Amino acid sequence: MTDTPAPKTVARSRLAMTWDSDVAHAFRHSPVAMISFAVTAILILSAVFAPLIAPHDPFNPATLNLMNGFTPPGEANMFTGESFVLGTDDQGRDVFSTILYGLRISLFVGFAAVGFAMVLGITLGLIAGYVGGLVETIIMRVADVQLTFPAILVAMLIFGIAKGITPPEYRNDVAIWVLIIAIGLSDWVQFARVVRGATMVEKSKEYVQAARLIGRSPAAIMLRHILPNVLSPVLVIATISLALAIIAEATLSFLGVGAPPTEPSLGTLIRIGQSFLFSGEWWILFFPACTLLVLALSVNLLGDWLRDALNPRLR
Amino acid sequence: MALLEIENLTVQFPTRRETFVAVKDAHLTVEPGQIHGLVGESGAGKSTIGAAVMGLLDPPGKITGGVIRFRGEEISGLDAEAMASLRGRKISMIFQDPLTSLNPLFTVGQQLVETIRAHLHLSETEALARAINLIDRVGIPDARARVNQYPHQFSGGMRQRVVIALALCSEPDVIIADEPTTALDVSIQAQILDLIKGLARERRVGVILITHDMGVIADTTDVVTVMYRGEVVESGPTARVLGAPSHPYTKSLIAAVPRPTVKLHRFPLIDYGGRVTGFAIADLARNWPKSTGERGAPLIEIEGISKRFVSKQAILPSRRGYFTAVDSASFTIRQGEVFGLVGESGSGKSTIARMIAGLYPVDGGTVRYGGRDVTATTRGVPDWYRREIQMIFQDPYSSLNPRMRVDEIVAEPARHHGLLKGQALRNRVAELLDRVGLGAEAGVKFPHEFSGGQRQRISIARALATQPRFLICDEPTSALDVSIQAQILNILKDLQDHLGLTMLFISHDLPVVRQMCDRVGVMKDGKLVEVAETETLFEAPQHPYTQHLLSLMPRLDGLSDEGLAVA
Repeated sequence: MTDTPAPKTVARSRLAMTWDSDVAHAFRHSPVAMISFAVTAILILSAVFAPLIAPHDPFNPATLNLMNGFTPPGEANMFTGESFVLGTDDQGRDVFSTILYGLRISLFVGFAAVGFAMVLGITLGLIAGYVGGLVETIIMRVADVQLTFPAILVAMLIFGIAKGITPPEYRNDVAIWVLIIAIGLSDWVQFARVVRGATMVEKSKEYVQAARLIGRSPAAIMLRHILPNVLSPVLVIATISLALAIIAEATLSFLGVGAPPTEPSLGTLIRIGQSFLFSGEWWILFFPACTLLVLALSVNLLGDWLRDALNPRLR
Repeated sequence: MALLEIENLTVQFPTRRETFVAVKDAHLTVEPGQIHGLVGESGAGKSTIGAAVMGLLDPPGKITGGVIRFRGEEISGLDAEAMASLRGRKISMIFQDPLTSLNPLFTVGQQLVETIRAHLHLSETEALARAINLIDRVGIPDARARVNQYPHQFSGGMRQRVVIALALCSEPDVIIADEPTTALDVSIQAQILDLIKGLARERRVGVILITHDMGVIADTTDVVTVMYRGEVVESGPTARVLGAPSHPYTKSLIAAVPRPTVKLHRFPLIDYGGRVTGFAIADLARNWPKSTGERGAPLIEIEGISKRFVSKQAILPSRRGYFTAVDSASFTIRQGEVFGLVGESGSGKSTIARMIAGLYPVDGGTVRYGGRDVTATTRGVPDWYRREIQMIFQDPYSSLNPRMRVDEIVAEPARHHGLLKGQALRNRVAELLDRVGLGAEAGVKFPHEFSGGQRQRISIARALATQPRFLICDEPTSALDVSIQAQILNILKDLQDHLGLTMLFISHDLPVVRQMCDRVGVMKDGKLVEVAETETLFEAPQHPYTQHLLSLMPRLDGLSDEGLAVA
């Protein structure tokens, strides 16, 4: 059939419409989506409320007792008699608490890096797609060149340069921000490419012509008219990028170039833990690694599902 | 015995929320050598019948009642395998879009040979000989050479001939043609319809011709079935149904068809199924600024404007290739008149409109509005001129931003120009939406909640928001059903009468142009070949191309005159 009849125009509340929309319906019928959403939500919430949930404050030396070091999970310490759910590390820090605080750093870096990459990629993609010509050629060639390097290499390069130019006494303070910029800069290309393609499609539509006709400026057309219509593919990429950014952060921290030991992220915890792996203290490595795995997996599955749900061809 | 019989056919599309009945209790019979027209507006279920016969219903659609018989044998219950052997061999289909129904990676000959060998036991050489014969039979000259060409080397009309040749590969008994000429220009449409007529007559093929175009029905078919919302409302010999329709829906449909021979004051709107919505343009006239110029004085003067597009990119300007879209066109649009531009696709009519509107910079020549120069440069046109002009676009599905609310869409032009703000702006928007027949409460909805005709009303409301004096309508109704088209055209006529708007009306549809325009310009390959008063042009065309175009126009003499009021 060439045409569908006019949709019913029944006034309903925004919430009811959202709940009844096709995406929400697909969500309610996908166990994978619901489980991964629940796991992601739990992890994010426990990171946000870490100070309330964590039984110990791993960064307050006053509460640490070196005698508690290397307590296996669930067992009472042979000297102090205290017991820890996931055990303790060499300095007697509660692994469960360090994971919660590490999750905070990892998620913060992930969200901020993706946000930075998104802003940069969307802006450049919109400009490239709307303006075209030489501007587009320059932006997209830069993107192509950057794509020929592995993202982690680009991030390490940026991190290295930043470390070289900051004075040593500030290094630990700015490390997190440098990490965010390094990961963000290595990740903007995908956003720019997708937004550029979608912008070129939208640009040729008549509503953009109508806006040009009344004399709206290119910036207003890009932001007010085109941007809202290119956001749904961006949402999908942002979700998948979040998982990649979290892993990139963990990789950098594992290599020792990321989050400083004073503010350990999941990657830093894994690095610390691996030196004890062969001496039998497996829990120091195992639990942070599992957390990272579960987090990345659930965010990735959520992104995958979102891509299928928003793709009309697969529905 | 009838070739194809459809009895009590019901097709349903169950969805999550409701079951949509696409076809309900439909009856249809096709005899050998007969062309059976299936006519109706979008959503009537005519294509669904075609797909049901072919066993090609899109999931979740399924036949839930009735039988389809081919030469007396039931085929509606056959399994996929049995249906596949029947499909293409005994029953073939011609689709609407010749661009997408051929595979661009294979030559025409390869595609034909593959289809022939799938149906008939022939060797490669025999199949090729047959392919050449088929291409020759559908009227493509130099068949032996063209068989080795790729689809992109054929024009639109030629491609549709190749599609017909593909459908003929297996000597089918029934051909289902689903809007076979909708994507084609008038001159090519006539040739394709002649070809289909010839096939039916000479080879005794039964044809189901699915179309929304009454002109095609009147010219081509022997029997016609009229459908409305999945139901057959009337069926019978074409001359009888069109000349003396008995069902009220058929009457309303026929009354809405633009006539090429007489100019009507307004299209009669016979209410059927609550589809007519009233509008009240006259009420807008009270607050409308009085036009300054004298009626009949020149408002827009266009002198020798040209536009060329780069067809071959190169860094050095001297090595670039150009395509001239508009070649030094000159004409004048007078205050208060509707000036029509007609021509086939690619003749440059939309390009002219976009240059006048300032969307394309002009490559040569000048545009003057009320005596002042408004020629579009790369920086567009002056702001005061932007307030004076507005445009209504062709595609109601893409001319409204899907992420904006209707009231924001309508308010945008007036807000941008700083004409109104706050409560005054909200009042203007509500009034406009009300006057075009949507009601002020339409403002809080989004465009996707409206049908094509309603969206075009939103476009009109947006165009009126700045109280312009000049309106450019670029094929405003070519994407709409005929009854909706009649309503939109009536609104446009009211705009001219009550508000004194001057209009540039672009269309490829000659009967529509005759109904709407005071004067008409005919375009061919970027050149304006003739400009004349509408009546003069239609009664005594001067240029050979105009004469040719008019000769291709369906005359529609057999249509019932019930309810028509001549201007």
